[in-house]
Amino acid sequence: MREMIKMLLVLTILATLSGGLLAAIYDRTEDKIANQVLKFVKGPALLKIFEEATNDPIKDRFDIMDGEIKRSFFVAIFEGERRAVALETFGKGGYGGEVGLMVGIDIKEDKVVGAGVTTHAETPGMGAKAETDPSFVGQFKDLSLEEPFKVTQDGGAINAISGATLTSRAVSSAATQAGGIYKKLKPQIEEKLKDFKK
Amino acid sequence: MAKTLTQEFVKGLWDEVPPFRLVLGLCPVLAVTKAVENGIGMGVATTFVLVCSNILVASLRKVIPSKVRIASYIVIIATFVTIAELLMQAYTYPLFKKLGIFIPLIVVNCVILGRAEAFASKNGILRSLLDGLGIGIGFTLSLMALAAVRELLGTGVLTFWEKPIQIMGPSFQPFSFMVEAPGAFVALGLMLCMMNLVGKR
Repeated sequence: MREMIKMLLVLTILATLSGGLLAAIYDRTEDKIANQVLKFVKGPALLKIFEEATNDPIKDRFDIMDGEIKRSFFVAIFEGERRAVALETFGKGGYGGEVGLMVGIDIKEDKVVGAGVTTHAETPGMGAKAETDPSFVGQFKDLSLEEPFKVTQDGGAINAISGATLTSRAVSSAATQAGGIYKKLKPQIEEKLKDFKK
Repeated sequence: MAKTLTQEFVKGLWDEVPPFRLVLGLCPVLAVTKAVENGIGMGVATTFVLVCSNILVASLRKVIPSKVRIASYIVIIATFVTIAELLMQAYTYPLFKKLGIFIPLIVVNCVILGRAEAFASKNGILRSLLDGLGIGIGFTLSLMALAAVRELLGTGVLTFWEKPIQIMGPSFQPFSFMVEAPGAFVALGLMLCMMNLVGKR
């Protein structure tokens, strides 16, 4: 009996201490990790989408509460009056789980400026082409947000990557989601954008 | 026969060097040695975990009841692995992305549990620290050696922190088989063979 209690006690104390330690370290590193993800994952996708932007879209960003969820929007300022925002969504149903997609949207014309895959676990050489092959995500450019995005097999306009229809569907559904969120939050987005007028 | 403290440290560098002599912890050895940089990152992370868990296991060896010792070791090791993972994410994100799943998998690397069970649970703190350090550095050096062979033959270039250094001449045809999975087995086999040849003398 004594041994039993000792075993329980030792394991409980060990687990509690390590849990506490991990929580403390997580707390300290949380902001740093978020910054690193911004720099190395979202940053490259953003810069590709907003090549002609005159500002730094990674720095100029704001958050809007969409119900319970905090959504981050990245602002791009172009020559003249043109403005765009980008947001990240996750399309379900990829071959290796969710596919993260950054979608840039032109505020005035409600159409896609560009898209780029951020995070994914698709097969290298097949689904992973969604990230590396610019001609696939390039298809989203200048498309209107009115219709949901679909691959040609489902009656849409997006040509799926050959051998990776699931990935292509996940990307399309992420883009559709982004369009939906954008339309829903448009009044707030425009309100926030006023702070970025130069 | 009791070993001196120096012997405790040095044995990890040659006599008991993990991948080649103990032939333990082969999963990361085969998987991450595509590039020298990855090998160093993996080796440093493993050394950190090994040293910390050895110290803690040695200092708690009289407190932990033997029936739950494996569970306790795993808790200790998993904690340090998670710390290493968080720190790598915060400070060396590109390297963390390249190593990916192999960082969390350090938990089940048998080198670490093996040292905790076979060494740290029976020896003092100082000896366990030196043992962990020696084995860890030996592990790092083996990863580097294997990765150097594979990267050099496979690409003709050695990359350190994003800076490629061209080693082979321009007419060198990269033997790209070496940086793919089967190349890892072939390179490991050849290195084991050489280690044995040298060691026999």
